[in-house]
Formats: sequence, structure tokens, C-alpha cells
Amino acid sequence: MASFATFGNELYTGKRSYDFVGSKKIWFLIAAVAVALSILLPVVKGGFNLGIEFRGGSEFTVSNVKTTDTALGEKAVEDVVPGSVPRVANVAGNTMRIQTDKLTDDETLRIKEGLTTAYGVTDNEVTSTFVGPTWGADVTKQALLGLAIFVGLASVLMALYFRTWKMSLSAIAGMLVTMFITAGVYALSDFEVTPSAIIGFLTVLSYSLYDTVVVFDKIRENTSDLAASTRRTFAEEVNLAVNQTLVRSINTMMVAILPVGAILFIGAGLLGAGTLRDLSLALFVGILIGTAATIFISAPLYAWLRQNEPDLVKQARRVEQRRAEAAAKATPATA
Amino acid sequence: MARTGPTNTARRVLVWLGVVIAVLTAVLAGGTMAGHASWAPKLALDLEGGTQMILAPKVEGGSGINEEQLNQAVAIIRQRVDGSGVAEAEISTQSGRNVVVSLPGTPSKETRALIQASADMNFRPVLQAGPGAAVPPEARTPDDQLPKPTAEPANSSDVNWVTPEIYSQFEALDCDNPSQDKQERSDPARPLVTCEPASANSPAIKYILGPVEVKGASIKGSSFQLQQGAQGAVTNDWAVNIQFDDEGTAKFKEVTERLYQFYVAGGGQSGSDPKAQFAIVLDDQVISAPRSLAVITDGRPQITGGFTEASAKALSDQLRFGALPISFDIQSEQQISATLGGEQLRMGMLAGLIGLLLVVVYSLFQYRALGLVTVASLVVAGALTYLAIAILGWTENYRLSLAGVAGIIVAIGQTADSFIVYFERIRDELREGRGLVSAVENGWKRAKRTVLASKAVNLLAALVLYFVAVGNVRGFAFTLGLTAVADLIVVFMFTHPTLQLLARTKFFGEGHRFSGLDPKRLGAVPLYRGAGRIRTPEDKPAVAVRAKNTGATAEAERRMTIAERRLAERQEQLTGSSKSATKEDN
Repeated sequence: MASFATFGNELYTGKRSYDFVGSKKIWFLIAAVAVALSILLPVVKGGFNLGIEFRGGSEFTVSNVKTTDTALGEKAVEDVVPGSVPRVANVAGNTMRIQTDKLTDDETLRIKEGLTTAYGVTDNEVTSTFVGPTWGADVTKQALLGLAIFVGLASVLMALYFRTWKMSLSAIAGMLVTMFITAGVYALSDFEVTPSAIIGFLTVLSYSLYDTVVVFDKIRENTSDLAASTRRTFAEEVNLAVNQTLVRSINTMMVAILPVGAILFIGAGLLGAGTLRDLSLALFVGILIGTAATIFISAPLYAWLRQNEPDLVKQARRVEQRRAEAAAKATPATA
Repeated sequence: MARTGPTNTARRVLVWLGVVIAVLTAVLAGGTMAGHASWAPKLALDLEGGTQMILAPKVEGGSGINEEQLNQAVAIIRQRVDGSGVAEAEISTQSGRNVVVSLPGTPSKETRALIQASADMNFRPVLQAGPGAAVPPEARTPDDQLPKPTAEPANSSDVNWVTPEIYSQFEALDCDNPSQDKQERSDPARPLVTCEPASANSPAIKYILGPVEVKGASIKGSSFQLQQGAQGAVTNDWAVNIQFDDEGTAKFKEVTERLYQFYVAGGGQSGSDPKAQFAIVLDDQVISAPRSLAVITDGRPQITGGFTEASAKALSDQLRFGALPISFDIQSEQQISATLGGEQLRMGMLAGLIGLLLVVVYSLFQYRALGLVTVASLVVAGALTYLAIAILGWTENYRLSLAGVAGIIVAIGQTADSFIVYFERIRDELREGRGLVSAVENGWKRAKRTVLASKAVNLLAALVLYFVAVGNVRGFAFTLGLTAVADLIVVFMFTHPTLQLLARTKFFGEGHRFSGLDPKRLGAVPLYRGAGRIRTPEDKPAVAVRAKNTGATAEAERRMTIAERRLAERQEQLTGSSKSATKEDN
């Protein structure tokens, strides 16, 4: 594919350039709207579709069923616990999932037996899960704690590595945008929020920062001896760095998203809901948004945060001056 | 081709990597042959099928639980689960707050009740004691000679508790090879036939015990110390002190008054009447059965005799824990059928393989032959990860869960990114007009920093999640961290040395069309085509530009076409370029 390599060349030399930094207002506006929608959507919908891990209750999964009649599952539960309202669904192929309110041990065992006979399967094909109502909250609390510690440490790490807190701040801002939008898409998709989805979110955050570090490293390289140059302004150098790493960003995103997409569309289709599907949706969306947030949010934000620094203002003025002089010289020459 | 420094270094690094992999393989092979390890990684219950319970300890009265108590809780649950005949149960603590019990298959209702129940400690008088081994069937007391109660038992030490059934049970009991089918808690008002398991300095002993006299809840505290001699001097013997509450003090006084009579009647120090002993019973197993050498009136008995510091501490801990009625709330219980577990594993692997295949196709598409380096690197990273997981499964009992598999699948992308970052840097250097050999070296210098910084973020995430998170988040964090480390090893020890060597081959060095490093496709015109340097006519004006005075350079630079600028930059880099290509043209 010669065109993609050429595309890379043109981006590298600056012949082809996308104005990511200059059009920051548009990107920021889009991000703000997306984040606002992502916050509003779950509120309007009345919260996330919480999985059984967060609600508490019991869940049965029956594999290799002979028939996918949901009434059989409902009856099996009602026989043991009259008046309960089980949620029975055919999640994939010949797998049934039955969710109930919290059951006692005895009820769990009896329902399991009932389901085994109702769906004509062996004992080995019924899986049951019981979750206490505080477990999901516990997982979330610990995950949020982990997140806070991670963001704190990562900010310090980046600030030390790049020698400027402004890069940390921009990277974290991009990560937050990613997090909100991913959560918004999750709410929109109506997938259940399970601990697996939480794992997915945490990975997305790590990926988002990871991706930003790679691009910022190129920015750092391009802007390291800026003071001595009058070729480009700071914002232009940042933009060039983003353009130069664009091919890498696209390639990395593709490579990261291909296995995740395989899980999401192939694995989930065959297996139905479960650890893999919940995880892969969060990742699929998060990797896309995370890559975009680095390019459209973090990098422009960094340029914007720094453009008013006195040194950089002076440098920008020198660039302007040099260009004006050059234009003045060029005009008679071409006339 | 001349043997240059980098080539030798590259070869050496590759050999070292081979050594590392060979050593890991040999370790695993050794473990497998010795029967401890296995070639396949150990699987967690969600892939293998089985039951996993996550329990939160609950102290009566709502006070918190400390690490030590939690470890005691784990020890007690382990004893109960083992005692209930479930093989291969795994019990561990998580984040210092929860106890995770993993069992193959489905536990019975009784096992579950046992696991959840609070520790049951009490004191029973000994009625009869004997060596741990079962009496052989032919040597057992005939039915008509079994002891028969002659009257209602008057107190807990009364041998009238021993009925023919209990005596037969006692004879048949084998404490050397305890059968593991005990599932129900004994009745405190009835006698109990049970074992004291063998320990380091005593063989197993079996007992017939009277009904419960003092409950564990009466223990206020327990400590251990070096015993004090008659003159108050510290001896070298360890002792365990118990402190009872008021009710316990009164009851224990009554018990010791009775037992002390047996002690005296049995001949004091040299006597051997088991009825002078009281047994400390935890979960229906005797943990210690000291003789009563005195009447204890103050509720502060001291147990002595044959303790080491460790065994004194162990008993003291057990006593304290027994006094603390901890029960367990089931936070989450998953019973995964073997069918579903196997299916999840298959699907996970299928999805991973498809994902890997797509990555391979994409890499080859994007990077041509260079994509093969990506594929080979991924294979090496995969081999390292696999070996690490299998060895950790053996040494640390690490089990791969579905979340862990997901971590590995996700890692495919992040691992490949290191190569992408590196390759793009090399291409950038080629675009600057460098020869491949120096492009590889320069690109590596830059890529190395980026790779290290970005992997640091990944490792940080994995470490924080592993130590803070609970549940299957940890399994995920673990593989994520493991693959990040494997990735670093592979980039440094495989991908880079391989490229150093490949850069010197004809195929890559000359930028074959399919090498993925074709300078022409990357927009760079190679500076060197060999000894007979060919310059195209349009290059010449660019050289003229270089002659301009320095003041105008910036402006000239701005006005140059891309090709001109590249050429100008190349002029500066003449010395940095490769001299290895020898062919006229490609």
C-alpha cells in the first residue's frame, strides 16, 4: 500500500499536515459536548444497567440446553421461590441465563436441580453465581482507589519524565475525557456494568495515558531546542509532532483494537454475555476514544497551556518576524 | 560483510535471550519430570469449573479484624475444608480483608455451612486415650465385652458416657490416616470421639471426650512466655497462659477440682490416668490435652510441657482465635460448571488467536517483511509469557483466570506497539536520508526512551491494580504486568538485535520493495548507491543552495522543496551514513 507510506512521508516532512492544534476550539467543543452527553445520558436513563455483581442476587447459566424456552426457567425458579420474578434470557446459541433475587443456599441448590431437569442438561452444565449486595460496591471502591493512586503516581511519573507538569495535566485531561465518553457509550449500549467492565475501564485509562506518553515523547523531542530555532512556533512544532506520530497512532490503534474487536464481535457472539464481552466493549470504545483524545485534546491542550509562557511568546515573535522579513525579501525577488 | 561491533553485540544479546528461554524451559521441564509442575499453565476455576467463594470475616460485636486474625481464619477454614474430604481446595486471603476459597466441583450444603460457621472451641474432659492407629478388626473387643454404661453419667468425666457404639467407634478410628468425611459439628452435650493429629514431637492420639465443660467464648485472652521456675527465674521451657472470664473461671475451677483428684489418685506426676487430662478442642479436633496438675481457682491456667517457641505461639494464637467468634459472610459465590469453564477457555483462546492473526495480517500489510519481525517478536514474547505463567503456576500457585486471558489478549496490541514505535522511528530516520544501519541505531536510541516511558505507565497501572484491587481485577493486572515485562525483554533482547543484524542483509539493507524499509517508498532518495554514486540532475540545484551565505539559510530552507530540504539535510549527514551497501543499484 504505497499510498499509506506516502501519507506517512508527507506527514513526516510537513507537506501534508492536519491542523490539530490550531483547530483546538472545535475539538474542545466537541469533547465538551460529548462529555456532557455522557454525563447526562445515564442520568436521563436512570443510571447504568448494573450487573448482578452490583445489585446482589443469584444468577444461573445453563449451557447446551435442548430448548431455549424462557418459560421453563421461570417455572423452575417459581417452583422453589413462589412469587419471585426471575429474569430469564437466551444469551447466546444454546445458553440460558436466569437471574433472581438473593436466594438462600438451599434455594440455590434446589433451583439448580430444577433447571437441570427443565432444560434436560447434566449437573455439569449449570453454573450458579451468588453475589452479596456489597460485593460489587467493594470491587468498585477498591478499583476507584486504585484508579486514584494510579493517576496520582502516573502524573508524578510523567511530570518527572517530561520535566513539566503541564504535560501531566494535559495527559490526565485527555484521559478523563476518554473515561467519561467511554462510560457514556457504555450507558448507551445498555451493556451490563460488571466487574469485568470495570477492569476494561481501568485498562482504557492505562492505555490512554500510554498512548499520550508516546506522542508527548515526540513533542518533547521536537520542542527541546526550540529556543534556538525560528523555523516554527511552539504550537506548530506540537502540531508537527502529532502529525509525525499520526501513522504510529493509527497503526497502534489498529493493532490494539483488532484482538479486542475479535473478542467483542466473535467471542461475544458465540459465548454471549460474560467477562470477555463486558471487557472488550469498554476496551474497544476506550482505545478509539483514547487515541483520538491524545491527538485532539491532550496535544492541543498542552500547546495552549504553554503558549503564553514568556519565552515561547518571544520565540513566536521571532518566528513571525523572520517570516515577515522573508516575505518582504521574497516579494521583490519574485516580482 | 565485515564483523562490526554492533553485529557482535547483537549476536551476543540474541544468544543470551536464547539462554534465558532455554533455562526457563529447563526449569519447567525439570519440575514437570519431578512431577511438581506441568507444561500447561494452571487454570483458575472460571476456566476449569468449580466453586469459588469470597468470604468476608465478621466478628461478633462488629469490631474489625486484623491481619493475624485473618490468617488464623484461613488456617481454620483450611482445616475444615480438608476435614470435609474436599481435595485440592485453595484458601487464600485477598487485600487483607477477604478470604477466597476455591474448590473443585460443587460443595455440599454441609461443607458450605462448615466454611461459614464461626470457629468452635471448647474444653472437654478426656475419658479415654489411645495411640492414633486403628485397632485391627481381628483384635477389636468382641461385641459382648464392650463397656456398658451401668448408670446415668454423674458428671462429664464419668466413664458411663462410653456406650458400646462409642467404644467401637473409638477402636475403629484411625488418627494416623484420618478419613476426611466429617461434615457435621458434634453435639456439645454428647461425648466425642476424635483425634489429636500428629505433630513434630508427638504421634497422633485418639480420645474419647466427655461433653463440653467450658466454652471457648469464656477465654478472655491468651499469651505465651518462657516458664518461670520456683525461684522466679526464667527457665528455658515455653508456657502458654490462658485467662478465663468469670463464668469460665468458675467452671474451670470445678473441672480442675475433679481432674486433680484423678491426677492424685493416678499417682501424681508418674500417673497416667487419661481422666486427669482436659482437651482443648477446636472444630472437633484436639489441639492440646494437658493434664491438670492443680486446682485452678483464679481462671489463669498455664499449660506447659514440651513446647517450642513456635508451638507455644501456635497454641496461644489458636486459643485467642477460638475466643473470638468470627463467622463469614459469603460475598460472592460462583459455581462454574466444567462445561462453561472449558467453553470460556476455548472461546478466549479462539478470540485471542483470531486477534493475533489479524495483527499479523495488518503488520505484514503495513510493514511487509518487517512485519515478520513483529510476528517473530510476538512469538518470543508469547513464549516468555507462557513459560512465566507455567512456572509461576508451579512455584507460586498462580492460576490463569478468564480475566487473565483477557489481559493477555489486550497485551497483544500493547506489545506490538513497542515494535510499531520502533519501526516508525527507523522509518523517520530513513526519511531523513540515513542508511539503514545508522537509521536502526539512531531510531533505537529515540524509540528506547519512548518505549521505556510508556511501559513504565503500563507497569505502574498493573502494579497499582494488583495491590489495590480485589477479585478478578487482580488476575487481569497480573498478566498485564507480566506481558509488559515480557515485552520489554523482547524489544531489548530480540527485536532490536534482530533488526541490527537484518539491517546488514542485502534484502533489508538495500531497501527491497517488500522489506518495509524501502527508502524510495519512504520518500527518501538513498545517498549511497555504492562506489559509483549516481546523482540525478535535479539534485544539483539543491547543492547550490548550500553555497548560500548563512544569513539566508533559514529563508532558503523555508523555500526549499521537500526533496531539496532532504537532500540538504543529507549533506550534513554524509558521515553518519552506512558504508555497508556495495551494490551499484537495486
